[in-house]
Parts: sequence; C-alpha cells; structure tokens
Amino acid sequence: MTALLSIERVKARYGPVEALRGVSLTVDEGEIVALIGANGAGKSTLLMTICGAPKAAEGRIVYAGQDITGTDLHDMVKLGIAQSPEGRRIFPRMTVLENLQMGAYLGDERNLSGDLERMFALFPRLAERKYQRAGTMSGGEQQMLAIGRALMSRPRLLLLDEPSLGLAPLLVAQIFATIREINRAQGVTVLLVEQNAYHALRLANRGYVLVNGEIRMSGTGQSLLDDPDIRKAYLAGGHG
Amino acid sequence: MPFPQALREALMAAFVALMLAIPLIGFRLADTMQGLAIETRFDWVAWGVSAVFVGRLVLGLLRGRGRPLGLAIKMPALPPNASTMFALVLGVFALVLPFTPLGDRYTVELAITVLIYVMLGWGLNIVVGLAGLLDLGYVAFYAVGAYSYALFAINFGWSFWLCLPIAGVLAAMFGVMLGFPVLRLRGDYLAIVTLGFGEMIRVILLNWKEFSGGSAGLTSIPRPSFFGFPFTANPEPGQTAFHELFGLEFSPLQRIIFLYYLIFALALLTNFFTLRMRKLPIGRAWEALREDEIACRALGINPTNVKLSAFALGAMFGGFAGAFFATRQGFISPESFNFIESAVILAIVVLGGMGSQLGVVIAAAFLILIPELLRDFSQYRMIMFGFAMVLIMLWRPQGLVAHREPSIRLGAKA
Repeated sequence: MTALLSIERVKARYGPVEALRGVSLTVDEGEIVALIGANGAGKSTLLMTICGAPKAAEGRIVYAGQDITGTDLHDMVKLGIAQSPEGRRIFPRMTVLENLQMGAYLGDERNLSGDLERMFALFPRLAERKYQRAGTMSGGEQQMLAIGRALMSRPRLLLLDEPSLGLAPLLVAQIFATIREINRAQGVTVLLVEQNAYHALRLANRGYVLVNGEIRMSGTGQSLLDDPDIRKAYLAGGHG
Repeated sequence: MPFPQALREALMAAFVALMLAIPLIGFRLADTMQGLAIETRFDWVAWGVSAVFVGRLVLGLLRGRGRPLGLAIKMPALPPNASTMFALVLGVFALVLPFTPLGDRYTVELAITVLIYVMLGWGLNIVVGLAGLLDLGYVAFYAVGAYSYALFAINFGWSFWLCLPIAGVLAAMFGVMLGFPVLRLRGDYLAIVTLGFGEMIRVILLNWKEFSGGSAGLTSIPRPSFFGFPFTANPEPGQTAFHELFGLEFSPLQRIIFLYYLIFALALLTNFFTLRMRKLPIGRAWEALREDEIACRALGINPTNVKLSAFALGAMFGGFAGAFFATRQGFISPESFNFIESAVILAIVVLGGMGSQLGVVIAAAFLILIPELLRDFSQYRMIMFGFAMVLIMLWRPQGLVAHREPSIRLGAKA
C-alpha cells in the first residue's frame, strides 16, 4: 500500500522552542491513524504544520506523491485535505445550514444539495437544527457541525484535532462511531489527534505516541492499547 | 450604594470634570480692540463641576451596590416579519414622499441628503458590517466617484449615465489599490492605514491644482438630464426640455424630484445587490471571515481575495454615491470629503447594528435629521449630537437593529 500522507523528519519551532524534533509518520489511503500524547507534546503543532502554519523548519511533507511542505493553509482544501481545527471554530452567528455551505465554498454548486443530505443523514441532530444559530448549540452538536463542515469539501484526507474535547462521555462514543462511519462508508482517510487515548486507539488502525515533540512509539491501535507503558501513562484515568 | 462610597465616586467624577473643564471651558479667545486676548470663565467651570458632582452623587445613591446602571433597553419581541413589514412601509413612504403634502422643496432636498447617507451606509456596510474590516477612510471612494464624474463631464461632456459606471469602476479600482497592501493588517492597524488613505486622497485633491482645481474645487458640473431631456425653463434650440416632453408647467422642483428618485433607485440597487450577495458563496464568505479567519482558511477560502472583493464592491457603491453627489451639488471641493464624513458614515453603520440593512436606514435618518432639526440651537448642535450618541451607547450598545437575518429561512429552498 502506498502512503497518502508521509511526514519525513519534520521539525517545527516557536521562536527558540523546538516543538517538533524530527517527526516521521505515514498515513495510508483508507486508514484511520491516531496520534496520542499528553498536553504540550506537540500533537496540534504537528497537525498545524501539515497545514503550513507554522511552516516546517526542516523535513518534508508529502501528500499523494506531491511535496506540500510550506503550502498555504487555504490551498489545502483544493488538494483534498480538510481539517476540523482545534476548538471547533464554527461560525457562531451563522446558522447550521450556512456553516455547512461554507464548507462547500470551493466545491461544485451542483453537488451541494446532495452533500447536505448526506451530512444530515450522518448527523441527524444537525438536520433538526438546520436554521439555528450554530453558537447556540451544545458542544457536541458544534463538534458534529465542525466535522460535517469539513466533510462538505469532499476531502480525501480528513485531519481532526481533538474531536472529543469537552464532550460528555456518551457524546464522545457517538462522535467516534461517526468518524468510523465516515471512514468506512465514504472512504475518507483520517488522521486524528486525541488526548482521549482509549477511544482513539480503539478506533484507529494504527497509532503513534508523541512525547516532547518526538514519536516515542507506534503500532496498531490494539497493540498500543495492550502496551503496559501506554496503559500506565495515558489510560490510568480509566476509560475517560 | 452607601453614602461615603457615593460621595467618593462623585468627588472623583467632579475632579475629572474640573481637569477637563479648565482648559475647555475656563479659557476662551476673545477679539478685543488690542487684538486677541484670553478671557476666563471660571464661574462656568464652577457650575459645570457642581452639576457633575451632584449628578454623580444622585446616580450613585439611586444605584444598588455593584449593579450596572440598568439602562440597556431590551427590544420587545417582534413578530418575525416585523422588520420586513417596517421596511416595506418605509419604502412605500419614500416612494410617494415627493407627491404628498410633505413634499416641499426643503423636505425633498433633505430626503435626498438622507438617501445619500443611506446609500453610503449600505456601501460601507459591506466592508464593515459584513466583512468586518474597519475602514475609516471610506470617504476617499466617495471623493473618487465625485471627482471622476465631475472631470469626465466637464472635460469631455460625457453624460451622467456614462460616467456613473466609470465612477463606480474607478472607485473599485482604488479600493483594490488600497486593499492589496493593507489587507494583511488587522483591526486597529487596518483602521489607521485606511484613515491615512482617506486623508491622502483629500490632500492630493487639495494640492494638485491643475488636475482638481485645488481648494477652489470644480464648479459648473453638468446637471443630470432626464435621459437627454434637460430640466431647464428655456432649452437650447433643437432640445426638448423635460416639462415640454410631458406637457407640464416648468418648475424647478421637477429636477429635484428627479434627483430624489435617482438616489432612491441607486440606494435600492445597493440594497438589493447586498441582499443578493449574502446568498452567494462570496457574500457568505464575507460574514464567515468576520467571525473567524482561521476557520475560513481551513475551509479553503483565500482571505485576501475575499477581503479585496468586499473592499472593491463597497468602494464601488461609494463611487456611485459620489457621482450622484457631484451632479446634485454642481460644485465639489476637497472640503466635502474630510474625515468627519467618514466618521459619520461609520457611525451610521455601527449605530445601525453592524450588518443590518434596515438599521442603516434608521441610523442615517437619525444622524442626518437630528442636526437638521437642531438648526435653531446650532451652537449646541455638537453637544446634543454627542449626548445622543452617549445615550445610544448606554441604551443600545449593540446598535439599533442587532439581529442578524439568516441568509436562508425556514421553508425556503436550500
């Protein structure tokens, strides 16, 4: 299998602070890959570096055989990479429908109504709240909207930053089930950054563990879940 | 609030008032036989400071501890289509105004002025209200439109209808020219640069005498004709005047009524254009950009292009309004395009509730009519204007019409 996305020895800095110290990982077409790690390990930085902000100081990012290191964030969607950014970042004063339409900004107008129907089938809660202002919805609904909005551009690769952040456990399970469905039914490759290691590793085909800006461990989701070190470091708090 | 605390606050307020009042009220320049002299008016200062002290004390005693003033008015819940109904009534009123008993020359002239500001407000609303870019130099585009019409009409004899689109295109081009270098700036920085740009245009017009006539301005700008039929009592040979065409008695009011309907149509064009844009992806992108620029970029929206389009389109309507202004006045000079104009237009947008089309109309009427009605107290005009602004900020800090209409409603097709 060929890698859809491969990150090769990427370094990134915030001023003098080295946030990524030579990270390499690959995501194959059709996979779900989880990147787990503690707060401040550099998970979000890695996702943002893939999208070109901050730009990688060293190393290469290759997507579908094309070097995309340093490509601007707003050119990613054209390449087929969609992301649901950290903190959801939905448009609070706009309605759910308008938010979804924004996701299809670059898309073909003719696909719009079909894609909207698909999103509403995937997230029935959003269909109920179509004309509601997005900012007045619950955190879980906003998360669904953020994912749905990213999917509206018909991506090949979906980057998700902490989709479970601040959600009740029941909703977390629901969101992860939906991510699996997006991957299986729609064939979207997913790279997922999560603090909720248990759910993320159960969902993912493969996982990477990031510690202090370096990949410490990698393997299939199940093998990482069974690893005693990982259990101790990331799953000690139960199944959160 | 207990008395000692209220007293302390009142003393504090009185002290601030004293510091401000000594230079502002305490001294004045007077023209005497020996030239200019400084007069003092410390009794005025004493009165003012005492008024502040007593007012603040009473306010402090009436107010509960730590509670806000509680002045903000909550608008009563209106039926969902109330604003549409109100807009319709307003529109019909505007349509028939010249033919009602109200429609004398003074009223129609005043209504034209209000409509110019409504149009400018709607144009700036695209930039500030929808795209969220603080533009303090909008009057520059108004000036570009006015001068381009005046120069083309005077030098080449081109008609209003030919010059109108040219004025719009030129203003839009200036919008792009300004936009390119500055749109990577945000918030305050953008505001400062646009402020500078507005002043630059005015200063160039003031000093480039060969081109713009300098401070003397441009005079005898051709008046508009009714599609080729002039509004004159005695048309030149071979021309048919407007009143002859329709077999009417000549009246100077006819031209004013024509101008009124012209600006009415231009303003409506701006409104319908904006309403239409809001339903298109680019218009929605303006609003999305105002809410969250990073999210927009993550969705593949190039913020620079989207901002530029808002800037250019806003500028275009400013240019249209400028061309109209020039043909209506028949005379323009850089004096008409100073910073105060930009500030008034911006105040209209902010007061109207940032992005609300109806709010702009109400705010424009308010801001233009209030000074007009207070003509008799012209000495105190600015004070009353300021007082009214303070009251609005206390009562309706979010603007008169703060509700954002979704671009698609229940029952409409997606």
